[in-house]
Parts: sequence; C-alpha cells; structure tokens
Amino acid sequence: MKQTISVLVENRAGVLGRITSLFSRRAFNIDSLAVGVTDDPAISRITIIVDNGNSVVEQVEKQLNKLVEVIKVRTLDESSMIGRELMILKVSANAKTRNNIMTICDICGAKVADISPTSMTMELSDTPDRVNTFEEMMRPFNILEVARTGMIALQKGGGKI
Amino acid sequence: MEMTGAQILVEGLLREKVDMIFGYAGATICPLADVLRSTPQLGYTLVRNEQNAGHMASGYARVTGKVGVCIVTSGPGATNLLTGIATAYMDSIPMVAITGQVPSHLLGRDIFQEVDITGAASPFSKHSYLVKDAADLPLILKEAFYIASTGRPGPVLIDVPIDIQEQVVKDVSFPETVSIRGYNPSVRGNDKQIAHVAEAICQAERPVICAGGGVFLSDAMLDFETFAARTRIPVVTTMMGLSLLPTDHPLNMGMIGTQGNVCANKALAKSDLLIMIGTRAADRAIFSPEEIQRRMPSIHIDVDPAEIGKNIQTEIPLVGDVRVILQQILKRDLTTRCTPWLTQLQERRKEELNREYPVRAGSVFPGRLLRLLGERLQEKAAVCVDVGQNQIWACKHLWLKGGRFLTSGGLGTMGYALPAGVGVKVAQPDRQTVVICGDGSFQMAMNELAAVRAGNMDLKIVLLKNGVLGLVNQIQKTAPYHGPFGVSLDGSPDFAAIAAAYGIPSITVGEEGEVENALDRFLAEKGSCLLIAKVDPTVTTSD
Repeated sequence: MKQTISVLVENRAGVLGRITSLFSRRAFNIDSLAVGVTDDPAISRITIIVDNGNSVVEQVEKQLNKLVEVIKVRTLDESSMIGRELMILKVSANAKTRNNIMTICDICGAKVADISPTSMTMELSDTPDRVNTFEEMMRPFNILEVARTGMIALQKGGGKI
Repeated sequence: MEMTGAQILVEGLLREKVDMIFGYAGATICPLADVLRSTPQLGYTLVRNEQNAGHMASGYARVTGKVGVCIVTSGPGATNLLTGIATAYMDSIPMVAITGQVPSHLLGRDIFQEVDITGAASPFSKHSYLVKDAADLPLILKEAFYIASTGRPGPVLIDVPIDIQEQVVKDVSFPETVSIRGYNPSVRGNDKQIAHVAEAICQAERPVICAGGGVFLSDAMLDFETFAARTRIPVVTTMMGLSLLPTDHPLNMGMIGTQGNVCANKALAKSDLLIMIGTRAADRAIFSPEEIQRRMPSIHIDVDPAEIGKNIQTEIPLVGDVRVILQQILKRDLTTRCTPWLTQLQERRKEELNREYPVRAGSVFPGRLLRLLGERLQEKAAVCVDVGQNQIWACKHLWLKGGRFLTSGGLGTMGYALPAGVGVKVAQPDRQTVVICGDGSFQMAMNELAAVRAGNMDLKIVLLKNGVLGLVNQIQKTAPYHGPFGVSLDGSPDFAAIAAAYGIPSITVGEEGEVENALDRFLAEKGSCLLIAKVDPTVTTSD
C-alpha cells in the first residue's frame, strides 16, 4: 500500500543524503521523494511516498526519527491530506492533432506551456492518479518527454505537523 | 579569545574531559597534531592501523563509560577506521572519531588522500559533521559528545579539512549546554506501561529476563542485579549481556542463541513471559522471533524506539533509559510466583556447569582451558574476546565472576580483542585484563603488540591455536557446502617468536595435564605474556 510520509528536517547540506542513504541501507522502497524549503528558511519539508506494508512504514518513521537532523515525521492519512504532483509533458503535435490534444487538456485541467510546429508541452498539477490519467490520455499522440516532481502534500484543515 | 580550529578542537576535547586519544598521524591532521604536541595532559596512544584506534577507543569507552576518542588522517587513514566505526555502531559504543580532510576549497576534486568519509560512514555512524567553518567547531564538539553518549550511544564522526584546522577564529566561546531540536532521547518510562510491566511480572509463572548490552550502556548493572534478585526471575543474556551476572549466580541460566547454553535456550523456549532489557533480539540471539512471538508475550525495554518491533513484536513496549526504568519498576510491588520454575531451571543449569571435558593427547580442550582460566581471574577482570570459535568457546565455557566481558557482538569483527584490551589497559592500568584470540583473529591485529610494548602494559593474551579459521571451517563442513576452502592458516608464524620480537614472553601448552600449571605461570607473569594453547582443529563449538 502506498503511504505518504511528511518529514520536517534541518535545511542543511547533507541531510537529503542521509535520508536517501537510510532508505537504501534499511531496504525501504521509495516511490517518490520531493524536497523544498518551508516558510521557515531553516527547515525543509520532504514528502516521501513509500510502497510497503504497515509494519515497514512504522520502521521507516522510527528510523527517520533517529536521524539527528530530522525534526518531525508524520504519516499522512490519504483521506485528510492535499497531495499534488507537477508534471511537464511534451508530445508530438501538428495541425491535425492539436485540437484533440487541447480537448484532453481542457478535460484534465492541463495548461499549454509551450508550443512549436511539431510539438506541444503541457503542465499539470494534480493528484498522482489524475496525473497518471492525463499521461495515459496523451500516450496515443506520441509522448516525447515527461518530467514529474513527485508528490508534495499537507494535511487538510488548520492543523500542522 | 583568538584560536585556530586545531586549538578549538583540543580545547573542546579537554572540556569534554577527554584524557586519551587513540590515533595515527597523517598529513591532513598535522595542525591538530601540532597542538597536541603542546598539550601533555591529553594522552596519546599510537596504533599500527587506524581500524585498531576504533577498537581501542571502544575498549576504553566500555570500561570507563566515557566517550572513546580516535583521531586519524584523511583518505586511507579514514577508510581504515571505517571498520572500527562500524564495529562501535553495531554494539552502540559511545565514540567520537575525528578525521583530517583535504583543504575545503579542493573538496570533490579527488586530490591526494581525499575520500568522502562522512558519506562512507553514514550508514553506520550515529551522526557526522563535515566542518566548513572553524567558528562552528565549539558547538560541533559539544553536540558530537552529547549525541555519542546519550540515548542509544554510538559513534559520531567529525571530518575537519586541514585549512579549517588552521583557520583563525576571533572571539571563540564554548557552549556549556546543548539542545538539538531533532534529538530528544527518552529517559523515563511511561508510568502506565510500568504498571503493566509490574502486573505481568507478578502474574507470570515462568518468566525469564533476557538482558543485553544496553544494561551496561546505561550503567544499570546494580539496578539490574537488584531487579533480578528481588523478583527471583531466571536470567538469560545475549552475548553482549555476558558478565552482567557471575557464571554461577543462582539466577544466571547462561547465554541464549544458536551458539548459546542449552539451559538458557530451554528457559527461553518454555517461558510464559519474556522480559527483554536492552537487547535488540538479533538473529544470533533469537533465531526465530516469530516462534517466540507465537509462544509467549513479551516486555521490551529499550532506549531506542526503533528497536521495539524491529526484530520481534512485543506486548508491552517500554521506551527509555534502562537504569531509570528499572528504578521505576523497583518502586512497584514485585511479588512473583516463579520459584518452582527457577528451581527447575537451576537443576538443569547445575548439570551444564558441572560437565566433564574430553581429553585428547597432544592438545588442549578449549572449553576446559577457558573454564580453568576464568576460575583463576580476579573478580573485576576484563576479558576481551575475539571472533570465531574462540568467541563461542569463551561465551560458553569461560567462568566469569563478574568483571567485564568485551567482544564484537554485532559486527563480529575479527581482530577486535587485542586492541580492545589495549584500550582497557590504557583506561585502567591496574585492572587485570585478558585477551582471548584464535590464530586467525590474532593475525589480524598482532601488529598492535607494538602498542602493548610501547605502553609497557600488563596484558595477558591467550591464543587458541588450531591452524584453521575454525568457525567458517565448521560452516563449510555442513550442508549445503561440500568442504573446507580457504580456511587453513598456512604460513602462520612462530607466535612465540613474534611475541619475543616485541619483547613479550610466551608460554606454550599442548597437554591437558599442563594446563593448570601453565595458566598459573601465565597469570603470575609480571608484565604482558602470550599463552599459546594448541587446540585440535577438529574440535567444534558444539563439543
């Protein structure tokens, strides 16, 4: 089962290395990992998606907590979080296919970020599932390149971790 | 106050009450060496390979409870030390390792003797620092000693580029205290859980205490003994828990595990409540945790929350410092009802302790020798044991009156015992200290006889010589393998001549009838001595 772990860490050189090293050393699998600074410039938030059993996730949390530079760790409940991923996707496009592509973009809420005589580049920020759906819909048009950020997430409501 | 980075490092070490450094010189650590040169109150023990600086610091830390300190140079000095760091990490030994590093502006260029040592040590160090500004050093040192020695102890690495050691810092001030927001080890146990524990202990009919190295690490030996004596619960230990109770203590049922005592394993298998104290229940101690889980509920007391549920699921987890928790439990009513169970186990234990040892002409049975050795040791003696058959034999047969049993339990590092013994001797020159090695493990560290010699130490070294890497030999002779390979120690030297070359006398014993006399002469020797005991290579750890 996929689970989302939100980790607040000291914003210092080497911290990300410690986290990824921990994952490989303890044989935990990472689906995605996204990192960025928070409103407090001394703190970064790392959002990690893991695909493991519950007992493994508990170990992941505990092992992360052991790292001196990790301030807080919380596994987010899927029903009470806002999770988003950004994808930039480039497909082949010409006069014939452009309209069809635009229709799908409208349905999925993707924006056109760049256009050329032979291609279109779209951006979409949504849940990983919906991002997957959009990618699936673009496949028949010949996808040239895809970049995804991995999901970032916060819990709903006024609470914070 | 204006100071260089190197001066700050040395002043910081003195403020942390460090009195001994285990180290090896090198180019990138020269600024620090230059300050050490004029700091005679800081002792210095020169090793012959950096790995052994780690083991010496470990031996030193384990008998003093203080943080062991080693200082080596960059590149190969640092990589040699890695095994020492990993060994300390696996046994949770408080240690601060300082490595020299190439100039900071050249980091990442692969220049002479550069290696990313904080990266390399990351999977098996508790924390590490790559120092970028000498002004950070006072805080880094304070943090490093705090992290190394609190919670679950472990090695902390500080990598200091040579220019940072030379950097002049104005207005240096040393922090008195330290607080790290991401690091708050638990100390007190949850009161509700303590109540559960006391209740479970009182209700159990066949409880057993399984104690590990954590009891030593939290300096809880006395509280532990009180707890066991008050409850009359039989005690089994892991390898790291050996010497918590004397071998013939009425509650001591021996060591558990695949290589453990029969009585201890029976006690564990038949128990109806397992009380784990300061142990991670690793594979060598508890071979099939699932089976134990199925058979009985357990209480798990450990300072590291990540150990709870890592190897074995537990009914009552209790996170905190073992000593504090034991004191909390001791305040409760502990009227147990396990005396019949204890009596039953004691019968079994007696049989095991009174076993007869086989006699083979032309060799010495290691079990008998170790038992006779143990009987002759002083009560507080420290025994440093290597890895291989010698370790298993010592665990099973060495008679302990208390004192300390030191070995590399987690990583199983051959060559640990001799340098660890040096570390003990440096810390406590008057403490009787014995090293037990096989001829494989001895040859991994015998260069440190130089440290024994240089320190003019009284270190007694027992070499169980059978010409083979015995434990691996045993494994290779067992299915699915087809026979020994690469385990015969051909080309081994004349060990008596090796010792003599370092000015250390030796005694060789090859007949059972000579053992007692040889042991008496060995222990009576004024300074260091090597006892070479000829062991039949076919003797296994189950004999």
